[in-house]
Formats: sequence, structure tokens, C-alpha cells
Amino acid sequence: MHKYIFKRILMMIPVVIGVSLLVFMVLKMTPGDPARVVAGSEADEATVAQIREELGLNKPVLQQYVDYMAGMLHGDMGNSYTTGKPVFSEILSRMPTTFILAFAGVLVAVLIGIPLGIISATKQYSILDNISTLLALTGVAMPNFWLGLMLILVFALQLGWLPSGGVTSWQGYILPAVTLGVGATANFMRTTRSSMLEVIRQDYIRTVRAKGANEKRVILRHALRNALIPVITVIGLQIGTLLGGAVVNETVFSLPGVGMLMINSINKKDEPVVLGCLITFAVVFSLVNLFVDILYAYIDPRIKSQYR
Amino acid sequence: MNNHNTLLDIQNLSVEFRTDDGVVKAVNDMSLQIERGKTLGLVGETGAGKTTTALSILRLIPDPPGVITGGSITLDGEDILAASKHQLEKMRGSLVSMIFQDPMTSLNPVLPVGEQIAEVYILHERINKQEAAKKAGEMLELVGIPASRGRDYPHQFSGGMKQRVVIAMALACNPKLLIADEPTTALDVTIQAQVLKLMKELKSKYDMSMLMITHDLGIVAEVCDEVSVMYAGRVVEHGTLEDIYEHTAHPYTEGLFHSIPNIDARAHRLIPIPGLMPDPTDLPPGCPFAPRCSYAVEECSKALPTRIQLSDTHSVSCILRQKEE
Repeated sequence: MHKYIFKRILMMIPVVIGVSLLVFMVLKMTPGDPARVVAGSEADEATVAQIREELGLNKPVLQQYVDYMAGMLHGDMGNSYTTGKPVFSEILSRMPTTFILAFAGVLVAVLIGIPLGIISATKQYSILDNISTLLALTGVAMPNFWLGLMLILVFALQLGWLPSGGVTSWQGYILPAVTLGVGATANFMRTTRSSMLEVIRQDYIRTVRAKGANEKRVILRHALRNALIPVITVIGLQIGTLLGGAVVNETVFSLPGVGMLMINSINKKDEPVVLGCLITFAVVFSLVNLFVDILYAYIDPRIKSQYR
Repeated sequence: MNNHNTLLDIQNLSVEFRTDDGVVKAVNDMSLQIERGKTLGLVGETGAGKTTTALSILRLIPDPPGVITGGSITLDGEDILAASKHQLEKMRGSLVSMIFQDPMTSLNPVLPVGEQIAEVYILHERINKQEAAKKAGEMLELVGIPASRGRDYPHQFSGGMKQRVVIAMALACNPKLLIADEPTTALDVTIQAQVLKLMKELKSKYDMSMLMITHDLGIVAEVCDEVSVMYAGRVVEHGTLEDIYEHTAHPYTEGLFHSIPNIDARAHRLIPIPGLMPDPTDLPPGCPFAPRCSYAVEECSKALPTRIQLSDTHSVSCILRQKEE
């Protein structure tokens, strides 16, 4: 098991190289001169050239990439072009907001999606099942930013119950978390339902009933654990989508998170920060999926023996 | 017929499955009795309604689409068809247990086997987890598995071992009736013999009654006291081992015997029963076996044969025997 985890962490190295190379190249292809942005529109050509020299932007693109990666190896993600602060500390200071948001979104989705999925499966084709299916479809179909705006309109502007943005208190997280969670809720609900439907038809569920277990025990103790494996896969993948959603959401709700930092940095052509944010997302996504894979082993002992 | 020595009494049971493609009449007007301490073999080919009958006793027929449309089931004086959900849950696993056909799929893959056995005690006896685990260990030893292996998961056991675990689970609360649904079909022949021997020993040790469902007449001869032969949802012949093996009365039973290899007459070719069982969504009006029966006469396909008593213990449903009378 330890060997497996070590192997998986090693496998993150090519992922980081791939992501960074791709993003680096795309950034270099976009129009605009970072040195000009740093120097300001008033600056003369000599100053811009000097800044370009200082930032190493006059070197060949590949050389720039190699230099950047060499810095990464020492834990140095460079400095922001606009603030001059280290990129790492810029990201680190905004990380909690994004994490709380993504975590709250997943929590909302898990707490609503999984129970609804279980109920839908155990009462297949009932009114409740049909209503949940309808809600799920609506949830999936609704664009995130639109839902966010609607929620702000209703709960912040009309009713005045919750703040429309900012994170001065925990209430500030409610609307963004719900917005973020709705799409995932629908996803988790449908996955739980279909997985549960498959499991409750298995022979071992009949065995549990034949032992005299009541329906609650059959579902919660025996069926759910078997049904969760595909659901956990979806949760892991969904976290990637949620991090992407956080970018949009942080903008809509003006939350000072990594997503917001990235959007601002793209606008200012602050290349090191954009790179740093995307690499952070890639690493977090890989780590979450590694965690998911480890979780499988605890849920299903058959998988544990396969991890080598 | 119904005295206090009868543990299980099924009278005129009918079960159907209402599907989109039609109504499948799985069990039709079926009756059987099992006396205390006795083993009844329920024999018939796949699709004859054996498992459906067994699941009816536990009221575990998947509903929908399965519906018990008529008849009565009395187990140890209790009316099963009138029992409440709670009564049924109390009964399952303590008064009546069932061993299923495929041990590979009948254990929960994500729980240790010891825990799965202990669950029966937790459900039916007021004991705590430690005591239940200890009793589960004793039960494992009883079926020939070291108690320490209770921590292992089903995938770490072989098929025969899994079936032992299932047997341990079924016998944990000392049920009065054990239903074994083709318990050895999925196992190797050598393992089959071991498992059967174990079941026989435990049955006499606990003084249980047993309903042995099988299509293997060899197993019947080994473990059963009485035999009911089932065809298309009905019992076509019933009798003691001697009645069935020595005085075979129904052409279908005869066909079954012709279909098994005989070690004393190896040179003989097997004589299979021609054709297939009738479509249970569209049963013929007469004797359901008539289309495949080499003795069939015209009357056979007109009306259902009535059950005739050949002796105190032996009964058969066949027009030919009616004529002989």
C-alpha cells in the first residue's frame, strides 16, 4: 500500500511537467508584453527593455521554461510581476478561501445528493424518485454563473438574508457553496441511484434479508458501502470541476480566492502567478484523486489486495 | 394431514410474476409438508419453481413483480402469509434460514465473514458485539474453519469455504427449518461431498428439518427422507425415497432417472427428456408434461390430472395411474 502511494506521488511529476509546459506555451502565444504591463504605459522603450532583461523575458522561450522549472525544483515559483511578492505566498494566502468554498460545495452536494440517490433507488419510480430526477436534471442543466446571479438577486438583494459577496463572515460562503454544489448534487444523486439500484439486486443483499435484517440495516449497512465506490470516483472527479467552478464563482461573489487571483493575473498578464495557480490546481486535483484511490481500499477490501 | 408433527405446511400455493411481457405462473397450486426432523427433497429442472417456492416461505420474493396469489404457508404454527413485516424479520434467520445456490455471490464482499455471521446473533439474540463475535468464531470452527479467519473477507476464501461460511451463518441461531437451495451446484464434485456431509451432520446435531432443493437425484438419495418432484410449478409426484426410487410412478420422474449416469451400466447412453418445459406465461390447459411425455394420450392435454394416492406415503398426478386404479 505504501509503495503504491509512493508510486502514485511519483506519477504526479509528469502531470506537473505536462500542465506547466502546456500553460507556459499558451501564455507565450497570447498577445501582449508582460514587460510593458510591468513598466506601465507611460514608460519609455529603454525602461521596458531593461525590465524585460531583468525578468529574463528576452531569453528563448524554451530557456525561460527550463529556468522556471529549475526554480520550481527549489520551491521557488517566481515573483508576481505586479506586486513583486513571491507567487507561492500569494497563492497560499488565498488558498483557504478556495478550499473552504470547494469543500463546502462538495459537502452540500454529498449531504443532499447521496441521501436523495438512496431514496430514489429504494423507492424506484415513486413520486419522490421522479421529483429527484427532475431536480437533478434541472441542477445539471443550470449554468453556474447564472444560478449564482439569481441567488444573489433573491437572497441578497430582494430578501437581504445573506451577503452578496465577500467573506467577512461564514454566511458569505453559503450562497457560493450552494451555487457550486447544485451541479454536483445532481451528479452525485444520479450516480448513487444507479449504483444503489445495481447493488440491491445482488445475491448478498438477499442473504442479509434472509438473516432477518430490517430494511434500514440492509440499505445503510450492507448496500450503501458497496454502492459508494462509483460515487466516490465521481466525487473525486467532481472536485476538479468544482475548482474550475470556483474560478467563476469567486468572480461572481467577489471572493478573494485562488480563482479570483488567477483571473486578475490573466488580465494583467502576470505570467508567474497564472502558471502557479494552474500548477497548484493540477497538484491538488492529483492529490484528491490519489486520496480517492486510497479511500477505495478502505471501502472495498478486494481493491486493497490489488494495490501494489 | 395437518398435525403438530408437521413443521412446514404449504397448501395450494400459487405465485406469479407480473412482467411487461406477461404473467409468469411460477408456482401453481403447489402443496408440500415437512415433518419435524425430516428432510424433504424438492426435485425438478431449472425453472420448475423450486426457488420461488423456497423464497415464498421466507416471503422474500421480489415484489414487484412477484405476487403470491393464493394458498397458505404455515411454519411452526405461524401463518406466514399473514405475518407482519416485523414478525417476518424476527422469523428469518432464527426460525427458518436459507442457504443460497451460489456462495460466490451470497456474501457481502466488503465485510469480514466473522462480522457477517455475528450479525445474525446481534439481530436475534440480545447480546453485545464481543459475545456475538465469539459465538461467530465458534460457529466457524463448527463448519471446519479456524475462528481466526473470521477477520478475513469473502474474496480470501475458496468457493467451498464460502459455502461453509454461509452454512455457519444459516445455522447460527439454530433454526427449526433450513432451506438449502442447490447448495452444492456451484461447487466442485469433491467439495460437494464434503459440504453435503457437513450439512447432514449438522442437521442431525441440531435436529432441524430441511428442505433440500436440487436437480441432482444423487444428492436426494444421500440426504433426504422424502421427495417431491416438481414440474412447471406443480408437485407431480411425492413419496418416500423408496417410493420414488423403486416404484417410480410419474413419467417425468422416470425421465429424470434416465437422464443421470449410472455407474453400474456405463455402456448405456443417457436418455434425455425431449423438448423443453412449457412457457410459464402460457401453460397448456392439460398436464403440463404431456407435450414431452412418451406415454401421453389424448386426454392428457384436455384437463389437469388429479392427485392420486398410491399408498400412504406415495402420491402422483398422472392420468395413466388414474386409469390403472
